[in-house]
Amino acid sequence: MELNTYQQEVFEKQRPVIENFSKKTWGWTIFYLLWIGVGGYALYLQIAEGHEVTGMRDNVVWGLYIANFIFFIGISYAGAVISGILHILQVEWRKPIIRIAEMITVIATIIGPIFILLCIGRLDRLHHLFLYPRLQSPITWDVLAIGTYFAGSVIFLYLALIKDFAIYRDAKMNVPKWKQKMYKILAIGYRGTPSQKRHIKISTNLMAIMIVPLAIIVHSVLSWIFGMTLRPGWHSTIFGPYFVLAAIYSGTGVLIMAMWVYRKMYKLESYLTDKHFIYLGYIMMILGAGYGYFTFSEYLTDWFASEKWTSEVISKLFNMAEYGWWFLFANVAGILLPILIVAIPKTRTPNLITIASFFMVIALWVKRYLIIVPTLESPLLPMQDTRIEYVKYSATWVEWALTLAGVATFFLFFTLMSKFMTVIPISEFGDKEKKAEPETKILPEAEIASA
Amino acid sequence: MKEQEEINDNGRRGFIKNLAIATVATAACGSLSCSCKSKTDVAVTGNKVKLLSPDGEIVEIDSAYLNHQEHMAIVSKLEAREGMAGKKFVMVVDLSRCKNARKCVTACQKWHYRPEETEWLTVKLMKDSEEGAPYWFPKQCFHCDNPPCVKVCPVDATFKRDDGLVLIDNDRCIGCKFCMAACPYSTRVFNWEEPYQPFDMTGMASNPETNIPAKVGTVEKCDFCPDRSREGLLPPCVEACPNGVFYFGDENEDTVSNGDETISFKQLIKDRAAYRFQEELGTKPRVYYLPPKDRQFPVERGYDDLPEKLKDRFRDIMENKS
Repeated sequence: MELNTYQQEVFEKQRPVIENFSKKTWGWTIFYLLWIGVGGYALYLQIAEGHEVTGMRDNVVWGLYIANFIFFIGISYAGAVISGILHILQVEWRKPIIRIAEMITVIATIIGPIFILLCIGRLDRLHHLFLYPRLQSPITWDVLAIGTYFAGSVIFLYLALIKDFAIYRDAKMNVPKWKQKMYKILAIGYRGTPSQKRHIKISTNLMAIMIVPLAIIVHSVLSWIFGMTLRPGWHSTIFGPYFVLAAIYSGTGVLIMAMWVYRKMYKLESYLTDKHFIYLGYIMMILGAGYGYFTFSEYLTDWFASEKWTSEVISKLFNMAEYGWWFLFANVAGILLPILIVAIPKTRTPNLITIASFFMVIALWVKRYLIIVPTLESPLLPMQDTRIEYVKYSATWVEWALTLAGVATFFLFFTLMSKFMTVIPISEFGDKEKKAEPETKILPEAEIASA
Repeated sequence: MKEQEEINDNGRRGFIKNLAIATVATAACGSLSCSCKSKTDVAVTGNKVKLLSPDGEIVEIDSAYLNHQEHMAIVSKLEAREGMAGKKFVMVVDLSRCKNARKCVTACQKWHYRPEETEWLTVKLMKDSEEGAPYWFPKQCFHCDNPPCVKVCPVDATFKRDDGLVLIDNDRCIGCKFCMAACPYSTRVFNWEEPYQPFDMTGMASNPETNIPAKVGTVEKCDFCPDRSREGLLPPCVEACPNGVFYFGDENEDTVSNGDETISFKQLIKDRAAYRFQEELGTKPRVYYLPPKDRQFPVERGYDDLPEKLKDRFRDIMENKS
């Protein structure tokens, strides 16, 4: 593979990251593995002793796990939608960030479904989903949709990687033999012939177009698990679009955070520029406004009409002794904070945007929890149960351990993947980027003036 | 009452016996691929099977000595999915007679070998409005004609039968609990841990009509006791009630019985202005309630004698009442 000068520069910059597995990286990897190990022990307990070890009971049948499931599938939208849409729109500045975005998608789509498996009482009977499938069940829709979506996002990531694998293969890097061999296999004989180039281009375009509706279907179907039931707070017609928007929103937040970490860790300031943070900040602000609108519209209609059952759920969300503080946090940190940080020119800096993203992502996790638990704690018939764990959900250490293990797995995958492939795609850059290079650092003020 | 117990006991014994035979029959048919109808096959196979004797003892015998029955009280899983031809089971609950004696609850638990905490049938204390009078409200599965739980099951483990029953195959259930989230009446119960068993049930084959033995990680609920209906018996809750609160029967035949009297279903729900719980949800329950009008017992009668633990359930309503 012939590299132009700019590509060479991008490659040389990232070469050490791939070639060296530093002590620090080892340290983190072991730390994540320990974390996952604790989760593994928790999982063993849950399988050996039954779901008794979780905080879930007959009223609150789902808890942290489902919230995590929605959360991870949500952040997987970073690659699918942000990268997909920016690709379709041929936005040039997307190039350095698409790899990170698509990595988030693939990793989150692996971890998300693990959490729904944790909710299942009989994992030994999982094959029943294929032996006796019933098409009218939203869970079957989920299995189909997530399966397709996962395949789609792996292909989308891989298509953009083939050229890069060919570059790694030909660069004679100082890497172990197995790695060299992997690059060779994964590059599937790419030599950069016109016909190969054309095929990859067409396939990438097709995947970009397909991945967007696929992603929308996945989260709609997921929201319908709740929307299709007769439960107050769930049985809502806007759940599909509401979940989809929240997902893209949280995905953007995670993308911004991942960019910040990589930029710092691998010193990629010249590629992941302030401009990227600010542009993604704008996207986040617009999505935040949309998400805020949906939230407002959902709770206003419920509160105004004040039907008996919905009022009960709403009153729990508004009551400071119950979920009031969490609800407030979810809305302040999840809606107001990111919008304000990006809207005010003074605070529109990469660091502050990243901090806002961090709180927003946490707030969106809390919001998912608030969608699940208060509704399940408000059954239509009075509970009249004296067993406190049946009345009020409180997650046990097993659930928290597995939740943290999920987060650790996310980080672990991220670390390992960035050691296997360059986080900034090399082949995407042409010669013209080199010429445009000097204006990488754009001051926020200048940005507003031009906008 | 004593007599009642006796009947229950006999019923259960016969039932266990049948169950054991069913277990053995399936095992034998499966492993030897013999015809269940064959009666001449007496060659010792060396294939030992465990049986539960009518006295409650486990005995081990060679499968060749088993007497395969053509008409078993316990039907095959396939038949259990179809239901009893021509039937349409229905229940009417007379709220004016209930005093929370809780005999139905214990009879149900006893029949299904469920522990004290597991209440397939539960008695709630309802108070519809602030000024309204509280009343006792026994609630089992409503066996809805438009069941939200069945709609969402991904593996067809819970299903609706032609005779109106909604049952669960606990050998198929994957334990996703979606049906529990979908049921607006909190009817379903999950086995969060290895379920309580009054005696060793290993080797017993579960059937949707009985759900015995219970299985960890699966969902269960009131099944309207179809195994008893097949024997022409009323469900234990109906028989156990000292006040004749429950009427159980067949809508097609237009008869319901509470054990003391057998009357016309249509006439009863017409005369007594029966209603279905939360009709507005569109689930079309198969359980009708007769409003708690002209009540036979003051509501306190069901509260004062309760053990403290049970009293706690209803304390806020009872204590705010006066």
